[in-house]
Order: sequence, then C-alpha cells, then structure tokens
Amino acid sequence: MKKSSRILVIVSAVLMLGAYFFPIWKISLEAPQYPEGLEMNILINNITGDVAKINGLNHYIGMKHIHAEDFIELKLLPYAVGLLAAFGLLTYWRNNQKLLYTWAVLLIIFGVVGAVDFYLWEYDYGHDLDPMAAIKVPGMSYQPPLFGYKQLLNFLAGSFPALGGWMVIGAISTVIGISIIELRTKKNNKHEKSNVNTIGHSNVGLQ
Amino acid sequence: MSLSTPYSKLVLATAVAAVTFTTACKPKKAETVISGDAAQKVYVAPGKLDEVYLFASGGFSGQVAAYGLPSGRLLKVIPVFSQNPENGWGYSEETKAMLNTSHGFIPWDDAHHPQISKTDGSDDGRWLFINGNNTPRIARINLATFKTEEILEIPNSGGNHSSPYCTENTEYVVAGTRFSVPIEGNTDVPINTYKENFRGALSFVKVDPKEGHMNIAFQLLVPGVNYDLARSGKGASHGWMFFTCYNSEQANTLLEVNASQRDKDFIMAVNWKKAEEYLKQGKGKKTPTTYYHNNYDERTHSASSKVEKEVLTLDTRVLKDIVYFIPCPKSPHGADVSPDGESIVASGKLAAVIPVFSFKKMTDAIAKKTFESEFDKVPVIKYEAALAGEVQKPGLGPLHTEFDDKGYAYTSMFVSSEIVKWKVDTREVVDRIPTYYSIGHLCVVGGDNKKPYGKYAIALNKITKDRYLPTGPELTQSAQLFDITGEKMNLLLDFPTIGEPHYAQACPADVILKNQKKIFELSKNEHPYAVKNEKETKIVRNGKRVDVWMTAIRSHLAPDNIEGIKLGDEVYFHITNLEQDWDVPHGFAVKGAENAELLIMPGETQTIKWTPKSTGIFPFYCTDFCSALHQEMQGYARVSPANSTVALKSGIGETAPKNELAKN
Ligand SMILES: [Cu+2]
Repeated sequence: MKKSSRILVIVSAVLMLGAYFFPIWKISLEAPQYPEGLEMNILINNITGDVAKINGLNHYIGMKHIHAEDFIELKLLPYAVGLLAAFGLLTYWRNNQKLLYTWAVLLIIFGVVGAVDFYLWEYDYGHDLDPMAAIKVPGMSYQPPLFGYKQLLNFLAGSFPALGGWMVIGAISTVIGISIIELRTKKNNKHEKSNVNTIGHSNVGLQ
Repeated sequence: MSLSTPYSKLVLATAVAAVTFTTACKPKKAETVISGDAAQKVYVAPGKLDEVYLFASGGFSGQVAAYGLPSGRLLKVIPVFSQNPENGWGYSEETKAMLNTSHGFIPWDDAHHPQISKTDGSDDGRWLFINGNNTPRIARINLATFKTEEILEIPNSGGNHSSPYCTENTEYVVAGTRFSVPIEGNTDVPINTYKENFRGALSFVKVDPKEGHMNIAFQLLVPGVNYDLARSGKGASHGWMFFTCYNSEQANTLLEVNASQRDKDFIMAVNWKKAEEYLKQGKGKKTPTTYYHNNYDERTHSASSKVEKEVLTLDTRVLKDIVYFIPCPKSPHGADVSPDGESIVASGKLAAVIPVFSFKKMTDAIAKKTFESEFDKVPVIKYEAALAGEVQKPGLGPLHTEFDDKGYAYTSMFVSSEIVKWKVDTREVVDRIPTYYSIGHLCVVGGDNKKPYGKYAIALNKITKDRYLPTGPELTQSAQLFDITGEKMNLLLDFPTIGEPHYAQACPADVILKNQKKIFELSKNEHPYAVKNEKETKIVRNGKRVDVWMTAIRSHLAPDNIEGIKLGDEVYFHITNLEQDWDVPHGFAVKGAENAELLIMPGETQTIKWTPKSTGIFPFYCTDFCSALHQEMQGYARVSPANSTVALKSGIGETAPKNELAKN
C-alpha cells in the first residue's frame, strides 16, 4: 500500500469507533402541535430521545411500542463495529492490499445489510398495526423513510444519519476510495493483469 | 382595596379645591389621545412572543395575573390566597394546607403588591412575592412553574399592607402592618385606648437565597400609626428601608376627618443593618405568638403547614438608632427610591407638592442630630434638613412613583387621573398624560430597579366608565400601556384585568424564560400516592376510607371501572399524570363532587376527595382537552348501599370488574 493509503486506513478504523460515542441515526418528527419537534436517536446499543412520547402518540394508530431491549441488532452492533474496526487495524499492521480489499468488501456488506435490516424494521413497525387502533386510515401505512423526509398523517418524518453514522459512512467511503486507488496503481504497474480490475469496477458499482 | 374607601369621599372634597388649583396647572381633558402608530407598537404578530411579562395583583381576587406586553394579552391567572376551581387550588388535598392560618382555613385574601425577587437591585426572575392584606400573609410564587410555593402568616399585624417589598439582594421581604393593634399580652382593650395600647409591627422576613424559603427574622415594634407602603434602599441607601405612615394623629374613629388633621405625617426610615447588630448582641426578645407557615414541596407535589410559636422582636422605644421619622406632607402613600438610591420620593395624597428627600442629607441630619422632636420615643428629623426639594404643582393626589432609565420619574395622580413625568435631579415637571380613570399605582418596566428597563409605563386604574362595553353595575378594571421612550408619553393600549390590578411589576421576558420548567419529572415524583405506571394502579379500603391510585395518560384513566364503593365511604382519587410532554395536563372531575376538579401537570400527582351521597353509577372524566380521544377519557364508579357485598375491585380493559351483582 502507498504511505498515504496506509494512513487513511488507520484513520478510517479509528473513525468507525465514533459509532460508540455518537448516535448513528436520527429519526425526527414534526407536527403543528409539536413545533419543537420530537427526536429518536439510534445509538450503537440503545435508542434515546423522545421515545416515550413517540410511543404515546403511535398508540393512536396502533403501532407497536419501541423498546430498545427488543432489538437483537442493538446487541450485535457493538461487536460488528468492533470487529470491522479491528480488521482495519489488522490491515494497517500487515500493510497488505488483499486485506484492504477484503475489508472494503466486508464494509460494503455491512452497509447493505444494515440498510436492508433498517428498512425491514421500519416496514414491520409501519405495517403491523393493532386492528383495535383508534385511528384507521384506509390504505395508510406508517413506514418511516429510510432516508429523507416523508409525510405521515399530521407528522413530517425525517430519517438521517447522525454524527456517529456519518463517521462510519465516512470510514466506509474512504476505504472504498483507497481500494480503488490501490487497484488503479496496481493496474498501472502490471498492464497485463486485468482480473483485479473487475473487482474494482464492482466496488464502484456497489457504492 | 385600601384606596377606594377614603377616596370616594375625597374626590368630592377636593373637587372645589381642584378648580382653583388647576387654573394654574390644568390637567388635560379626559379625551382619548392616541397617536397613529399605537396599534403597530402593541401588535405582536401571531407566532411572536411578547417582550415583557407583567405581573399584576388581582387585589380582592386574591390572585396574580401574568400578562404579555406590549399586547396586553392575559397569559395566566396564578391562584395564591384564593381557592381556584379551575385547577383545584385550595380544594385538592395537596393544596388545602396552603390556606391554613391561625384563624383557620382562609380561602381568600386581598393581594396588593407583587414584587419580583432582586439580585443586585434588579429583577432576577426567580420568585414573585405578594402580600395578603386582610389575614396578614406573604406568598412566594416560583416563576419557573408559576405556582405558589410558600405562604407565611405574619403575627402581631392588623393588615399586611406595606408589604412585601424586598431589599437589594432579597435578603429580606418586609411586612409592615397597616393597622396598629394591641400586641403582647392583653389585647382585649377599649378601642379608644389606641394611643396607650396600640403598636405597629414591621416584620423582616429572611429569604433563603437558594430555595427562597421565608422565615421571620425579626419584628420591629414601632409607634402606633398606620403603615402604608415601603421601599428598600439600594446602592447608596442599601441597608435602609423606608415606610410611609399616616394617621400620625393616632385617631381610632372617623379617620377620614380625624387622621387628616396634621399638616404632615411621616416617612419612617429603618436602618435594618443596625437592627441586625442588635440581634447579634442578643438584644432581640423572643415573644410568644402563633402563626402558620405553609410550604408546597415540588417533589411530593404536596403542601404542609407548620405552626410557629414565637417571634423575635426589637422594641424601638428601647433600642435606639434603628428608626427615624421624616415629616412628610399629608397622608403619604408611596415612598419610592430612585435607581441610584439617593432620592426618596414621598407621595402625600392630600399634598400639593411631591417632596423629594436626599438620603445623604438624611444621614447627615441624623449624625448632627438635626431633630425637631420625638414621636413615641422615635426622633423626628427636621423636614428641611432631609429635603432635597419639592416637585411643585405636580397634580392632584400623588400616589406612587417609579423611574425610567433616563433620569425621569413618573408619578400617578389619583385625583386628577393622570401620570406626571418629572426630572429627578431638577424636580421639574416635563410631561403629563391623562389615564382612564382614577389611577392607583403605576409600573414602569423595572421601575424600582437599579437599572430600569424603561420603555413602558403601565397605569393600574380603578374605574373604566365609558372605556369598555358595560357589564352591569360592575365594570371591568383595567391597565393602560404608555410608551415612555420619547419626550412625551404616548398612550398605546387599554386592557381589562382580573380583580383589581392594584400594583404590578414588569420585567423583560428573557429574565423569566430562562428558568421555565416544562414538566415535572415523573421519576422524581415523591408523592406518597404517586403511581409511576399503569401496572401499579390500585384501590385500597381502610375502614370507610377508599384510596384510588389512578393514572392519566392520553387518552384514558386507569382504572376506568371501579366497583365496591359503599354509601358512607370517603373516596380519595389520587391521580398521577404519566405524561412527560410539555403542555399536556389532564383534568379530573367526578359527578357530585362538592369541591372542584383537578388539573394535573405532567408528572404530577393530585388528590380530590369525593363523598358520594347516593348509590348508583357515577361517571368521572378528564376535563382538559388533551387529545383526539379526550371525550373517550372517562370511566365509571359504582356506589352500592352501605351493607352491600359487592367487592372492592377496579380495572381497565381485561381487568375491569365483571358481573358483580348486588346481593343485599
Ligand atoms: Cu385528558
């Protein structure tokens, strides 16, 4: 690896640890009678913010209560992030390009699985409603957006990464970037070999 | 209302005098003088907040009202000395103790003078103190919650009028008696022995700087006259307090005539630092008496009463140099201290001038013993020796003065219904403007502070004939808002008030806003009957007493079905509001309750007692519109005959009692 790539590898590994200190994701709710807004912060092992208030409001539409204890994800996440960061340190220590590519692939898988899991979780909460609920709007489900804003009855729901999440996203992007650069350098050095390039392309595609 | 009685006749009496007097100094005709941009200056657009809080006493309503300025919008009525069915104040089991006195449960008072607590001579927005005039009391309202937290009864007093003015750093609030009365020992004396047996008591109430808790540090026993108003010294005069006195004739009947005989009454200057020295030397005397001290605890959401049995007194006949009299033209009302603490402005209601005394000249006169006489063993300083000068021909019936940030004073004129603006250092009148009508006190924003905010003056009026739509023989009372930023005062707005807006204090909104409390934390609720979640709700019988541990949350009460109550039971509904969201109180009312409803703040527990008078089904429900399903927030209590076998049960949904037939 180039010297600059190696430095970025250690920076990325450290950046990932931000997930332990700052919220990863934030869901916000705004409504006319809540001008101050409601917030739900997803931490690496917990959910904080106005969860009780949101649960209170959601009971009108028959949504299940959100309890941090109910999420297996929040129990696995600290280990997953820890392992991925450790893999980065290993890459740095061994100074090995193959390890770097493996790490990049693992991070991409982590990102995709995370997004899909989050989507499914939102789908379940938004659709699995209590048939006894007080407010039933025909055809209405209450799935929050995966990313961005969405109007749900009187609430404007927003879903965005929070500081810890941005740090992880920054780390993943950087690792993918380094991988591409390293692949290009390799290609320039060895014109005849092109099989590695396909991996490089697929990386870009996934990104 | 202390002013109206002597005044109704005073107006007539001075009418003739006014004709000659006003030829030289004619007050403006009572017409509406309003400039074109007044509406713009008081318009607070929807969604915008007012700039200033105004706290006006409700006078005979016994309450305080908070208004926003410049809009004049009523924001909240804070119950203090009066029961308030709107939220159960004085009716709920938790708040009843707040109205206990040595005379029993007194659910009303005459609340006159609000005072915002001060730090370094300026409003700090922590507490609002107010006096109960009739059954002498001082209340402390917490401005973080707008809730009355403490009521202290004042012993040895016959009307707590010159009260509760606080010192520069709220070291003390004072409680000067309006009526002198016989105190210590035999109080069953002929009324006409006033001169021999009646004495005044000036109470200095210590305020704990952290929690605001009050206790009477000492009482000064002073000559038997009437004590009307007071202000503390500040800056140069810090350590002193000034009280106005009337009835220096010491009359006991027909005061209208008999207490208007002397050309001059007094201002009493009190050196409270000197009093503290005597206390340190152990010169105070413990005197037996009985008075109540009621505290509302925010953690238990409950009030309790404590009976105090003695008070420390300092007798000014014996202990010298604490108090001095300064002669002051007839029947003074306000004794107001300028922002620098150097000028003491006295308003002799029946006087043709406003005397302005100099603190420096006063202390020099005391040092040089420039006294003209003694009154009941208290030295009387020579009038000229303490006088800085007089405001000439200010108008009729000067009552009370406050100050702005530019060196001007504003004096309310009761008889001539106007505000007069004059320059403090030259004492020349620079402007006058009519008020509608019969202004009592006035208020300048921060007008008693070391650094007044200025900008607005508020007139607190007694009469509003032809200003509003009539409402039968009794018309609304009102406040008026004046712009005082320019050379000339401008009327901006009239607005009706609750009760009698006797006096008011105003301060910039941010001073109050920074302390606002939005909810009571449920986890910190230490009420003995608090329930932290619905699973803990229950119903318990103890003899004829039934306690219901109930919760309220949008949009149901738990339990909502109660059976097994018997005729003759006393039922206590203890309701905890489980919400932890700002501005989501729940109410509670039950059919046939003889007291009131409850209004329970988020995280709070409140109790209402209910004694059903007949058998049957009694609905109960939430009274504060809380959600789309508010109307569904209801339940039933079943009351069976005294000898019934229906078991005591309660529940909600699955747990509701089922098929319990009466078998009697
Ligand atoms: Cu309700």
